[in-house]
Amino acid sequence: MSQDPKNLHADLLRRRLLAGGALAGASLALPGALRQAWAQSPITVGIIYVGPRDDFGYNQAHAEAAAQLKKLAGVKVVEEENVPETQAVQKSMQGMVSQDGASLLFPTSFGYFDPHMLAIAAKNDKVRFAHCGGMWTEGKHPKNTGSFFGYIDEAQYLNGVIAGHMSKSKKLGFVAAKPIPQVLRNINAFTMGARSVDPKITTNAIFTGDWSMPVKEAEATSSLSDQGVDVFTMHVDSPKVIVETAARRGKMVCGYHASQAKLAPNAYLTGAEWNWLTAYTRIVDAARTGKPHPNFVRGGLKDGFVKSSAYGAMVSEGARKNAEDIRARMLAGTFDIFAGELKDNTGKVVVPKGKSFKQTDLELEGMNYLVEGVIGKA
Amino acid sequence: MKHSTLESLALPVLALAGGLGLFGLFIWFDGHDPVQAWSLLFIGAFGDAFSLQNTLQRAAPLMLTALCVALPARAGLTVIGGEGALVLGGLACAALPYAMPLPTGAAGTLLLLLAAAAAGAAWIALAGWLRQWRGVNETISSLLLGYIAIALFKHIVEGPLRDPASLNKPSTLPLEESLRIGTMGTWDVHWGLVWGVLLCIVAGLWLLATTHGFATRVVGGNPRAAQLVGLPAGRLIITACALGGACAGLAGGIEVAAVHTSANASLIVGLGYTGILVSFVARHQPLAIVPVAILFGGFLAAGSLLQRRMGLPDASVQVLMGFCFVFILASEALRGRLGQLFVLRQPMPAVAGAPT
Repeated sequence: MSQDPKNLHADLLRRRLLAGGALAGASLALPGALRQAWAQSPITVGIIYVGPRDDFGYNQAHAEAAAQLKKLAGVKVVEEENVPETQAVQKSMQGMVSQDGASLLFPTSFGYFDPHMLAIAAKNDKVRFAHCGGMWTEGKHPKNTGSFFGYIDEAQYLNGVIAGHMSKSKKLGFVAAKPIPQVLRNINAFTMGARSVDPKITTNAIFTGDWSMPVKEAEATSSLSDQGVDVFTMHVDSPKVIVETAARRGKMVCGYHASQAKLAPNAYLTGAEWNWLTAYTRIVDAARTGKPHPNFVRGGLKDGFVKSSAYGAMVSEGARKNAEDIRARMLAGTFDIFAGELKDNTGKVVVPKGKSFKQTDLELEGMNYLVEGVIGKA
Repeated sequence: MKHSTLESLALPVLALAGGLGLFGLFIWFDGHDPVQAWSLLFIGAFGDAFSLQNTLQRAAPLMLTALCVALPARAGLTVIGGEGALVLGGLACAALPYAMPLPTGAAGTLLLLLAAAAAGAAWIALAGWLRQWRGVNETISSLLLGYIAIALFKHIVEGPLRDPASLNKPSTLPLEESLRIGTMGTWDVHWGLVWGVLLCIVAGLWLLATTHGFATRVVGGNPRAAQLVGLPAGRLIITACALGGACAGLAGGIEVAAVHTSANASLIVGLGYTGILVSFVARHQPLAIVPVAILFGGFLAAGSLLQRRMGLPDASVQVLMGFCFVFILASEALRGRLGQLFVLRQPMPAVAGAPT
């Protein structure tokens, strides 16, 4: 019989206090290096995925970080995949807390936040919740919750630079789920990257309507191929179908979420990948050392939150050099993607001359336009 | 009589045991400990108060979506479009506050649920109408209507009814606090469970104990004969469809009012399709739907624990459910003959399969 949640809580708390007491003693007695090792109490971390862990996409990017997390001493990871954004995820979270003794949860799907994670967080105020997606707002959401996210549009911009060099037809394809700010930001960054190489380039954007629509994704890829598009990228949960379809049609692709190079080694130019381990370890370390829960965690290339896939063999020297130059400026913090004057694809000025947005600017998170050069409607 | 009661209990139990046994073998080949898996399945589904609530919570919407298959089935129709009725029910529930001012509290909630049920009823009645008056196969039409419903849902939620504050997860405006459906006292299960159980019982009584229900069953058995004795077959069929659709619509409304608080794409997770399986396993008997839905909920709840403790992929639960339901459906072939399996030396009966 397992304990009831209340007892378990008390028990966990006791354990944490005991560990804290032991720590205080240890830190007095032990030399620095050993003290460092002791300062981390064991922890059980729960990670929840909305799809399968091996989807070559969003969930795999998280599962890869989880696999690294498991290797850390004193960290126990419990995982659950294919958990829908319903009552099911609330039960999974509560189960991780009361059945597995997890004191830190990573519900990784965007739709887990409201109302599910907030509901469970209210019932378990000793447990920390770190949601992937960036919805946490100071003053509005409790302190034991938080969100982390990455500025992956930087890697999409670099995708665009490579695509711009490699495309012969000057037509690029972007298969996307929904016209929401995050997605629009990626389409825009990709297009601007490509047009920095050649302003004649256009991007055809197609929205499938949902995060996992394999049939529509394949149809979109096929029909864009027919229209002369020769480099593809995407923003859907699993890029697998798009990568495979494009490769079969003899087209090139830039990946997203995780590396899809294995699926199409001869068509895969590069890709925009998450590197969630950076965020995971920062949040786990805070929990183990008893520091306040990091509520608002963001980062881009510079911070190691996102990365690019290794270049495919076919990527030209000139393309690589151009992309690496821009990467160096991004890493140095001297490159802003969304800088004026910037027009949307209806001709309206969306960023005036002389104005430029830093990645951290919250205005970018409400993006509702497609930039000049994108064929499609936001 | 006693013999057949015993048998109708023994058959599903043996079928479940067979499914679990095969599952144990399956994961044993994969290098896992079957005994640990079996005990986790039990703990995860029914082991303690948390697990039991987990199971019941997952079962609640399935009872209602299963009724959407069972009721038309008793009138002779195979309707598999409960998903469409569910999402439109959810949409109607979230949309009603846009259309009219609602009283706060329980009265308002009731109006929301009525709207949800009406939307679901209209959708499945449409499939029934197409079949009765236009000769369109209801299985195909209800399935395709489901896709139309989902497309409509997304168009409306992400278009005219979109809450401007819902940036990256397009949703309708959240329901006002007092209109939401809460949990049952200290239990972490929302009132949707009561609706599910209650409606299963009411539907069971309707079919078994009312003239109207009896007439519906006659139509389901043989519509031609029913018409010959003067039953209004068309009307009875549409009514059964509408009632079934109302249940699925209600499921959608409850999901919105009790879980999501607004209509958004998270509502579309296949509860309507799972309901098809539940109804078929329950042989379209409303009273049997309750335990079957709880069994389903148990599998889902236990699957959660199985993943967390043994690192098994989610697909393993699907495999287990597959094994169990194949066994349950196949065990029907043994109905009336189960006794013979255990009496090896008895001489062969004169007529094979004769009713005992």
